[in-house]
Amino acid sequence: MDIAIPVRTVPDPVEELEPDPDGTDIDREWTEFVLNEFDEHAIEEAVLLKERRDEGDTITVVALDDGLADVDQMLYTAAAKGVDRLVRIGEIPTGLSTNQAASIFGSYLADSDFDAVFTGVQSAEDRVGQLAGMLGKDLDVPHISVITEVLVDDGRLEVEKEFAGGVTATYAVETPAVLGIQAASEPPRYVPVSQIRRAMRGADIEEVDLADLDSGEGPGSEVVSLHEPERGEEAEMIAGSPEDASAEIVEIMSEHGLEV
Amino acid sequence: MSDVYAVTEHQAPEALDGVSYELLNAGRAAADGLGSDLVAVVLGADTDPYLDELGVADRVVAVEDDSLGEFNPLAYASAVETVVEEADPRLLLTSVTSIGMDVSPRVARSTDRPLVSYVTDIDVEGDGVVASSQLYGGKMFVDSSIGNENAILAVSRGAFEADGGREAGTPEVEELAVEPAAAGVEFVERHEPEAGDVDITREDRLLAVGRGIEDEENLPMAEDAAAAMGAALASSRPLTDNGWLPKNRQVGKSGKTVTPDLYIAAGISGAPEHIEGMKDADLIIAINTDEEAPIFDYADYGVAGDLFEVLPALQDQAE
Repeated sequence: MDIAIPVRTVPDPVEELEPDPDGTDIDREWTEFVLNEFDEHAIEEAVLLKERRDEGDTITVVALDDGLADVDQMLYTAAAKGVDRLVRIGEIPTGLSTNQAASIFGSYLADSDFDAVFTGVQSAEDRVGQLAGMLGKDLDVPHISVITEVLVDDGRLEVEKEFAGGVTATYAVETPAVLGIQAASEPPRYVPVSQIRRAMRGADIEEVDLADLDSGEGPGSEVVSLHEPERGEEAEMIAGSPEDASAEIVEIMSEHGLEV
Repeated sequence: MSDVYAVTEHQAPEALDGVSYELLNAGRAAADGLGSDLVAVVLGADTDPYLDELGVADRVVAVEDDSLGEFNPLAYASAVETVVEEADPRLLLTSVTSIGMDVSPRVARSTDRPLVSYVTDIDVEGDGVVASSQLYGGKMFVDSSIGNENAILAVSRGAFEADGGREAGTPEVEELAVEPAAAGVEFVERHEPEAGDVDITREDRLLAVGRGIEDEENLPMAEDAAAAMGAALASSRPLTDNGWLPKNRQVGKSGKTVTPDLYIAAGISGAPEHIEGMKDADLIIAINTDEEAPIFDYADYGVAGDLFEVLPALQDQAE
């Protein structure tokens, strides 16, 4: 089975973000960008599936590189985890919409022979929607999202889809198909730097020219403003040492009829 | 046509999900602003059980087909596409849920309409529409103008009150036939959540820990603090994803919705998915090293501090 994993970078979730001078995008200049955590789960689930099956599956990670993140490092880390092929699509404009990402990935994948596409269920920048459904439509194959486990049974993908309130359901999906991965069935593995270094020596990154692909935006919407949440009703902050703060918390609880 | 269509959802065979009424509430306001009708779209093998509380809508489009009994991404997307093609709605409203996230992007692509997702507010000015989305884990709001174009808005759960969209009564029902289009994806079986040791939805006091706990080894410290406070231990998603706590302890969009008397959030930044599950707790106290963390916008009281210092101090104080 050939599995393709399109991946994107997002602002590091621990970063403080600020609007740019136009107030229509985040200020990307001083922001750290990392692999979208849901894409990391997609990689993990693909590697787990390959290991469990042990039938020589091939995993390809296809990364969009807008120059703001260390994409080489991300790809070599994926190789150290068990990914077989590394592809970089470079010179991507910053602040790419999911519409454009779907067009680019779709036109790349349409020319390759894959059985399944695993992608993160969402990214922090999915203002115009999520990737899996768009890719499913563009590639004219089934898709299903919010997936937390992937197995293969009788030539079909057997996936676990999560609903609200902890309810899940099993679906059988014909290949080729696109899966939006919510979480891998095990936490993404840690790989030591020594393994990543070894991967750097053993793996090649294939370069794909954006000019050879479709990067159409499709129907979109115009950002008129990006701003921080209005902080009208923020919490009343409790100052002081941890001991003082704790004493005050206990007092506040008591005022609310919550004795300890 | 220039009406507002709201796509309702159901997991259970007997009633619509509460999020459907949130969507109808959002849709009612948008339709009133645009001077148009609000139409509830109901999909199912048999839609009768879902029609009793749609009084807030002006009309109902009922789409019945055997392929729409259990949720199927292809059958649902195809049915909604048919609705869009037949009715050409001014706004098609969907939900950012497991169902909606499968339907909206595919339909947007196939009907060539702009989609704005994670919408928490819809502002109608004249015939123009601006949708506000909460992105970057709740850190930023982005206002998107769709002008007077027909568009799809995927609305975040919890952004509108369900009560405002739930009204007894069934308006005029129009039936719409669709071609079955489920081929490629087959529903196999549903799994209800395991009961587990603790039902956090029934606990009066919860101490919830998030990414800030850093390591599984640190959980006993939080458990001790919770015990001293008479609280059960709950968590945000990363901890259950890591297998550090069972799934039944998870609060939020894909976990449980809780309304305890006391909710202490320690080391939880306050992503919208988490907020959705706990914002209606009576007393919310947040502990986080990042003073700018969104959780402080939802908490009644906050401590800008390290949970590794505050929780043991709180335990001492309680004991």
